[in-house]
Parts: sequence; structure tokens; C-alpha cells
Amino acid sequence: MIDTDGLTRVFGEITAVDELTLHVKEGEVFGFLGPNGAGKTTTVRMLASLISKSSGSATVAGYEIGDSSAELKLRRQIGLLPENVGLYEGMSAYRNLEYYGRLNRLDSTTLRKNIERLLRMMDLWEKRDLPVGTFSKGMKQKVAIARALVHDPVLLFLDEPTANLDPEAAKMVRDFILELKRDQRTIFLNTHHLDEAERICDRVGILKTRLLTVGTLEELKAQLWGTRTVVRLEHASESIVTALRARLGARKIEVSGNRLLIEVADPERENPEIAEAVLASGGRLRELTQLSPSLEEVYLRLIREEGPAA
Amino acid sequence: MRLSQAWTIALHDLVLLRTRRSVYVGLVLFPIMVAVIFPLLTRYILETATHMYPSELTSLLDAFSFWFAVGGSVLPGSIASYSIAGEKIEKSLEPLLATPSTDSEILLGKVLSAFLPTLLAIWGGAGLYMVLMDRVTGGYLGYLYYPNWEMAILLLVLSPLICLVSIEISVIISSWVTDVRSAQQISSMTFLPFVLIYVMGEAGVIPLDNPHLLEISGILAVLSLLLFSVSRKTFHREEILTRWR
Repeated sequence: MIDTDGLTRVFGEITAVDELTLHVKEGEVFGFLGPNGAGKTTTVRMLASLISKSSGSATVAGYEIGDSSAELKLRRQIGLLPENVGLYEGMSAYRNLEYYGRLNRLDSTTLRKNIERLLRMMDLWEKRDLPVGTFSKGMKQKVAIARALVHDPVLLFLDEPTANLDPEAAKMVRDFILELKRDQRTIFLNTHHLDEAERICDRVGILKTRLLTVGTLEELKAQLWGTRTVVRLEHASESIVTALRARLGARKIEVSGNRLLIEVADPERENPEIAEAVLASGGRLRELTQLSPSLEEVYLRLIREEGPAA
Repeated sequence: MRLSQAWTIALHDLVLLRTRRSVYVGLVLFPIMVAVIFPLLTRYILETATHMYPSELTSLLDAFSFWFAVGGSVLPGSIASYSIAGEKIEKSLEPLLATPSTDSEILLGKVLSAFLPTLLAIWGGAGLYMVLMDRVTGGYLGYLYYPNWEMAILLLVLSPLICLVSIEISVIISSWVTDVRSAQQISSMTFLPFVLIYVMGEAGVIPLDNPHLLEISGILAVLSLLLFSVSRKTFHREEILTRWR
């Protein structure tokens, strides 16, 4: 659905996006993570053919970006929720959606059907004639997402959809995105809410001007930490560590009080061996768990390694 | 360029105009005031003046008519400011730019939404003015002064051109102001040169007769073309998203 190759955007002397190479599959929810100023919005704007690229290439929904003859066709295939919802507050939810449907050249019947389907999906059908200005932030955000979907695009760009929302409104929006995910819609989600990415996205990419990494959450965790097992003992002793080394071979074992942190290659096979080795050497096992770093840890480590933003 | 796309945008902005009372009240009030006050003033002058030559009266009427051209510089600025600077400030331009519409279609839609109501208001006001003024001056002159060629040039050539120049200036201003009020205030300054022309007309420096009105129109047409190229460059998707403040 999205293929970029060395996509770059420079503003004067500042490189906002540097050599971005990325592939987003059809039906996938792709999370694009990064701190403020990392280039996420610039990337979305380039992919939505709103601003030009400085170099590199990208194909979105089958259209090459930067090809002026394909610009309008490309925009018909995508829906965009910008960071600021930008609704017409004095107009009703229905009229807001109707306007965008008309700009997307939908015929009246399709437009009416789409608006009703989307507003019902969001529990806003009963409030369709009320001015958007009277809605809560979460409701406005849902109307804005519906606006991006009114022409039934194959690809949806959501730029920080839960930024500035209170937890309840953010949950409302996240639940809605999850509903869209069930529809097998391709979604490109810009966010710096890591829990959001963790809950919603199939794969994530971490951007800080350059793409630092990309993969499923599990891949990222394994890539950065390897796989580790935490063993909590009643009393850690040198003899237990020696027994573990003898059983597992050249493995990194860190001792911290009564806690052992063991690097493992195949936890399914090695964890029972660890338990056996501990018990055989006279140790008493309190807990044995697979270490699972959060996305936050992965993110912070990568961002800190990269240094301050450009 | 698809005119239907521009028309969709213009219609939407015209609907929004109804929600902005200060703008549409001004739009209606100015032409009505000009249409009513000047005939009343003329009636007062005719009743109180000891003597007035018909040529003096007709030159006074020509000067009064010029106010409908001045209206073309005052009225569209506030609509265009809401339509462009307003959308920029309310952040509704980006979703609009993300639709399958070209920059030219969006710009044309915005221009039409300021141009059409202004022109209709001016024409409506001028119609009322001509009827009232003919009633006041018909007996004195012995014929109906309006409609005449001067008014035709004013309403069909000069007012639309002034209106266009004013909108183009509003587009350019909208790129660097950060609130609608500033955009309105700055674009309303467009009326100053036309008031100056009016004063010069009254002082007899530039007679506001047909040849001079056509000359002014010619200058405005050239200015409008120059400003069109600047506003076209200003209202460019990339510029709006990356440079507009």
C-alpha cells in the first residue's frame, strides 16, 4: 500500500525526513512513532501528496508521489486526519461530512449512505444535526475521522488522533480505530502514545528524522534486548550460577541480589532447563519469567541512542 | 480546472457566511446606507440651496455613485478574511487541501464566495440608489439621470475590478496574519486609494467622468493581473502548509 525508498524532505538547512525507506502492507495498521519534530507529520504530508519531496521516491495506493498528473487520483484513495481536526464548528456533523463527500465527488445516494453508516458507527447519528461546536473533544475527533473516511478511502492517515484528548475521549477514539482495524482497512497512525501503538498497531516504525527501526513489537523487543529470562530465587549463590553456566553454556548471566537475568536463545527449551539446574543445585525457585520490555523501553532506548532531534 | 469543484467550495463558504452576522450585516448595511443617505442629502441640498446649476448637480451625483465602487474595496475583505485567514486559524485548510481539489479550484471557490455576495450587495444597493435618486432629482433635472453609462461602467467594470483587487490583497495578507481581525483591518485599508480618488474627483483634480473611469479600470485590470499572480503563488498547497504562519 505504501512503498518509500530514500524519501527525504529538507526545509532550508534542516532535514525533516532523511532517507526513509518503508513498506506498509495492505490491511495493516502501521504505527509511526517518534518525538515531536521527528518528521512524522512531514512524512504523512509527503505521502498524502500535500507537500513535495526533496529526493527519493514513494508509491502510495499505486500512485507515485510527486507525479502531478496522479495527485488528485492519489488523494481520492486516501483519507487524512490532520493533527488539528479543523472542523467547521458552526455546521452540523452531517453538513461537515457532506461537504467533504461532495469535494470527493460522491453521488448523493452514496454520500448519504456513507454518512449514515459512519455516524451510526460512531453513535453520532442522533446528533447529526447539532453544530459540531457543541460536541466534546472526543466526539469532534470521531467526526474528523469520519470525514477522512466519508469517501471510503483504501488508506487512512491518522496524525496524532488522540493528542490533546482526555483519557476517556482518547479511549473512545482508540476503540473506533480498532473497529476500523477489524474492517481490514490500511491505517498509517502517527503517534507518540506508545501504549496506543502497542494496543492498535500490527507493526511500528520509530522515526527521528531517520527511521531508527521497524517491525512488529516482538521483533523490536528481541532486536534490542535479545530474549531474557528473569529468575527470582530465595537465595542466589555462586553454586547456582555455576550450575546454570554448566547447563546452558556460554550465556550471559547477570546477578542482582536474589535475581538472575539470563540471556536465552530459545526460551521454550531453555526455561525448563534453567528451573531444573536451579533445583538440582539446591536453589529454591520463587519465580521464573520471560523478560518482556515494553514498547516504551524500546522507544526510549532508541531515541536516547540517537541523541537530540535535528 | 473543474468549475463544479470551485462552486462546491464557494457554496459552502456562502453558507458559512450566514453564520457570521457581523460580516453579512456589513455587507447589506453599507450599500443600503449609501443608497438612502445620498438621495436624502441631495434632497436636502436641493431644498436649501439658493441656486444650483444642473451640471453642478450631475457632477455631485457622479461623485456619489463612486461610493458603490468604494464599496467594492471595503466589503469583500471581511468575507475573504474569514474564508481564508479564518480557515487557516481554525486549522480547517489542511483537511480541505487533502481533498482531491487543485489549489486553483480552492482559490477560485474562495474568491467567488467573497466576490459574488459583494457584487450582488453593491448592485442591489445601486439599484435602490438609482430609483431614489431619480425620484429626488427627476423633477429638478427634467429627466431621469439614472441609469447612465457612468453607472454602467461603475457597476459592471470598476466595482468588479476593485472587488477582485481587494480579494487578491486579502489572500496575500492571509498568509502572514495570525487572526481574522488583523486580516480584516489590513485588507480594509484597500479602500483608502479609492477614497482618495473620490476626494480628487470632488476637488476636480480627476473628473469622475466615463473616460477617467475607464482609465482607472484599465489600471486596476493590470494591477489585478499582477496581484493574481502573487496571490496564486501565495495560495499554494506547499506554501500554506510549510510557510504560512
